[in-house]
Amino acid sequence: MSDIAVTVPETAKTPSLGARLFDSDLWASFKRSKVTMAAAFLTLLFFLVAILAGVLSPQDPFDPAQLELLNSRIPPLWESGGQAPFLLGTDQQGRDMLSAILYGLRISLVVGFLGVAFSATLGIGLGLVAGYFGGAVDAVIMRIADVQLTFPAILIALLIDGVVKSILGNQLDPMTILGVLVFSIGLSFWVQYARTVRGSVMVEKNKDYVAAARLIGLPALVIMLRHVLPNVLGPVLVIATINLALAIITEATLSFLGSGMPQTMPSLGTLIRIGNNFLFSGEWWIVAFPGIALATLVLAINLLGDWLRDALNPRLR
Amino acid sequence: MSAFILRRALQALAVLFAVGLISFAMFRFAGDPVNQMVGAETSPAERLEIRRSLGLDDPMAVQFARYLAGAARFDFGISYQFRQPVAQLLKERMPATLELALVATILALVFGILMGVYSALRRDSALAKLFQAISLIGVSLPTFLIGILLIYLFSVILGWLPSFGRGDTARLGWWTTGLLTVSGLKALIMPSVTLGLFQMTLIMRLVRAEMLEVLRTDYIKFARARGLRTRAIHFGHALKNTLVPVITIAGLQLGSVIAFAIITETVFQWPGMGLLFVQAVQNVDIPIMAAYLMLVGLIFVTINLAVDILYTIVDPRLRSSIHQPA
Repeated sequence: MSDIAVTVPETAKTPSLGARLFDSDLWASFKRSKVTMAAAFLTLLFFLVAILAGVLSPQDPFDPAQLELLNSRIPPLWESGGQAPFLLGTDQQGRDMLSAILYGLRISLVVGFLGVAFSATLGIGLGLVAGYFGGAVDAVIMRIADVQLTFPAILIALLIDGVVKSILGNQLDPMTILGVLVFSIGLSFWVQYARTVRGSVMVEKNKDYVAAARLIGLPALVIMLRHVLPNVLGPVLVIATINLALAIITEATLSFLGSGMPQTMPSLGTLIRIGNNFLFSGEWWIVAFPGIALATLVLAINLLGDWLRDALNPRLR
Repeated sequence: MSAFILRRALQALAVLFAVGLISFAMFRFAGDPVNQMVGAETSPAERLEIRRSLGLDDPMAVQFARYLAGAARFDFGISYQFRQPVAQLLKERMPATLELALVATILALVFGILMGVYSALRRDSALAKLFQAISLIGVSLPTFLIGILLIYLFSVILGWLPSFGRGDTARLGWWTTGLLTVSGLKALIMPSVTLGLFQMTLIMRLVRAEMLEVLRTDYIKFARARGLRTRAIHFGHALKNTLVPVITIAGLQLGSVIAFAIITETVFQWPGMGLLFVQAVQNVDIPIMAAYLMLVGLIFVTINLAVDILYTIVDPRLRSSIHQPA
């Protein structure tokens, strides 16, 4: 044996992901903030009930065969005239509000997550390319981003939604509409990711590890994805969390305006749109409960996003 | 400085050109204009004739140039649903939207600045905490929910305010205004509060942060040392120096206010451009969608350019740095 000590590979000493998570500053700051813990609990609860919607709801609100017009506009259980099993009452089609909210929540969350995933992928990809290659590619991508940033996302989403529907025709099945929503939300939110990633990449690409990776002849794609990307993910995570709330609001708004999910397969926004018609006839529960669900969900995710932004920002520690 | 403004103006033109291209593409390719204009009984030969008379056979560049030339004269074609010139529809609807956006912005500025200053000066008071909570709600609650909540409170339960429309309007030339009648003003309250709430929270947060920053600076300490009255220091010295970014943001946000008016107008059935646009999207009325995009693009670009120019006038540092080669 030579007397040069063999270095033990780093990975052998690294504790498991769980142990690292519980030991981190992030976890410590999470434990300090009661509001954040409540927000996280609520968010998890919403995710859970959305996933378990099929088990928890007394009724499948998307199945017209299960709806009885006799049961329409029943008030919540605790009001006079309330009937079991309709805990939160029913709408004008005899749809159980609790079931409709659970299923609607699921649709809102699915559209939100897919929209964020789509815009993040697009934005990160374009940001990496723009930052890494620079030059004309960078100029073109960033000019497009500038133009898009002049307009609010909701307007762009509405426009894309309208144009896609005018191309595909107006009679679409609910799943296609869901796809169109994801597409229009994704296309309206990519700019922020692209700008952030581009900025970080321009800093990262001058560092030694990138030079080293280039020197051993790795292709640009591998350097970008395997080496640069992990180092710029922190801010992206913050944007993604806040954008999840924004995407959910955007979907709800589009559905409320009548350009989103149809009444046969309603999201929270569609339910609010339906309920809005019954505000003056006294059936407040048709709009109130979906509204409360949407507001609480968005508030909880926003609080989580705010906390994450502060916790990951070293200047604020 | 003029070089900077010139560059900005050229950029603005490029953006407008891009917006024009997009709205032309929508106009031309999303759905067949001829199909929208004729009935099912029109023969192919007649369709071809209409197609030729509309100039849809010309090269794309020529069609685009013609479209832009038309747009420059506010000729955006005929609406599919209303069978009326789009320009006419927009002209009728524009006063409603602009009045709503203007009042909402003024409300947001006044209350946002007041609340921001207060919560910066009395950071730990209960009222400041309440303002913070309101701002969190303003950010989290979707606009349409706020509108519905207000309608439920003030129209359904209390019956104080009308829940839809503009009320009575007075005519000033072609401009219709709701600002001169009692019912017009009453109708304006809820929509403008709904629309302004988000901007108000934004301005409040900004003023608070800027004030806290400014209050720490040396010239404020010096002003205190000179024995100036607190009121003079807070409002004459501190607030004045926070106003440049506030006015910039408020100016830039004016565009978003007009865009967000789409939602508010739908909730309150406010007969403005936004409601027209939403109906156009639902009915795939492409000429209106394209025209609205162009119009909003023009408004946005103009505001951005104006803010840029104002900036160079207000902030001398920006002026001098422009002469330095980048």
